[in-house]
Amino acid sequence: MSPGHYLALSAILFTIGALGVLVRRNAIVVFMCIELMLNAANLSFISFSRMHGNLDGQIIAFFVMVVAAAEVVVGLAIIMTIFRTRRSSSVDDANLLKY
Amino acid sequence: MSTASVLAAPLAAEVADKQSGEPFFFWLLAVVSVLAALGMIFMRKAVHSALLLATVMLSLAALYAIQNAPFLAFVQVIVYTGAVLMLFLFVMMVVGVSSTDSLVETIRGQRFWGVIAAIGFIALLGAGLGNAALGDSAGLNQANAEGNIVGLARLLFSKYVFAFEATSALLITAALGAMVLAHRERTEPKKTQKDLSKGRFLSADHPGPLPGPGTYARHNAVDMPALLPDGTPSELSVNPVIAARTDTAARHADLFGGTEEEALERDVAAVKAVTAEAEDADAESRSVKSGTPAAGGGASEGEAGQ
Repeated sequence: MSPGHYLALSAILFTIGALGVLVRRNAIVVFMCIELMLNAANLSFISFSRMHGNLDGQIIAFFVMVVAAAEVVVGLAIIMTIFRTRRSSSVDDANLLKY
Repeated sequence: MSTASVLAAPLAAEVADKQSGEPFFFWLLAVVSVLAALGMIFMRKAVHSALLLATVMLSLAALYAIQNAPFLAFVQVIVYTGAVLMLFLFVMMVVGVSSTDSLVETIRGQRFWGVIAAIGFIALLGAGLGNAALGDSAGLNQANAEGNIVGLARLLFSKYVFAFEATSALLITAALGAMVLAHRERTEPKKTQKDLSKGRFLSADHPGPLPGPGTYARHNAVDMPALLPDGTPSELSVNPVIAARTDTAARHADLFGGTEEEALERDVAAVKAVTAEAEDADAESRSVKSGTPAAGGGASEGEAGQ
């Protein structure tokens, strides 16, 4: 399997994640789609690591995982706080800053 | 390193990078992960989306393992599927499992244009990939010669040590941020048992516990309302769900209006009628079996003998 196959799979998964962010309205599902995009990026990092024959790509993927974990913790706490005050997890309902 | 090994290294790497069965697993996992990802964005229930995301993440972990990244494969399973996704499910349970997406578009044509944008994006990415000269992969056999984890550790604690240190600050900040965001400030002092009791008696509602269901001595089913001292059924004693489903007050219709003695007599008469019927049926079956209409004692002995 050439690296191109893996990169194509990564591109498809990333696009599906981006599409999910655009079309879904539930904040948690939007968040899961962002996770999918991060995972797709990780797959391409690991493919590049194998393509170039050094482990730098894997290290970057590792850092991406750390950042994703921190992001999930803070993001889910924000979603819970918004849910507590507005009783809704839809991204359309948090629109106070608009007016 | 001898000259022979230097010359042989690129060739060996190329040959050794070919893993047996890789195409089969790649296509299997690629199809599974793409289908699961598509299902994830089209499922209306958030829990189904989360489970499909778990499928995608496990497939990706297997793909990492195929690509000579065993450490990241395990981290993917443990951190992503194990921790992050469980956190998602946990928050989902707090926020409400039943919350499904509304199909109303707040921005007109948003879905349509979203799909168009996605198609344009994948076209751009595909064009970029098609034009890139990727070449053959070098393989990680040389980099992983000491073992994948040792190789990663060597890089992590030398070249990337500052990034690694920055990561620790990031994690601490994230943990603090989550605590600050999830913490709810108490705006009024906590109510003690005494305050609760006072509040109960000051309110116009029932100060004590509500009457339990069932009418003592006649029925004790949960859908039977308790009888108040004046003989009227108390709707308060029945679970509101059951009270809404059935006409609980009508269950005491026999008693309500009549006196309790009348109701008891009716009950006793009903029990006597049922017993007499059963005795008749018993006697008949016995006479059929033994051929003689037997008295109570003999018949019971005969039955015990059989």
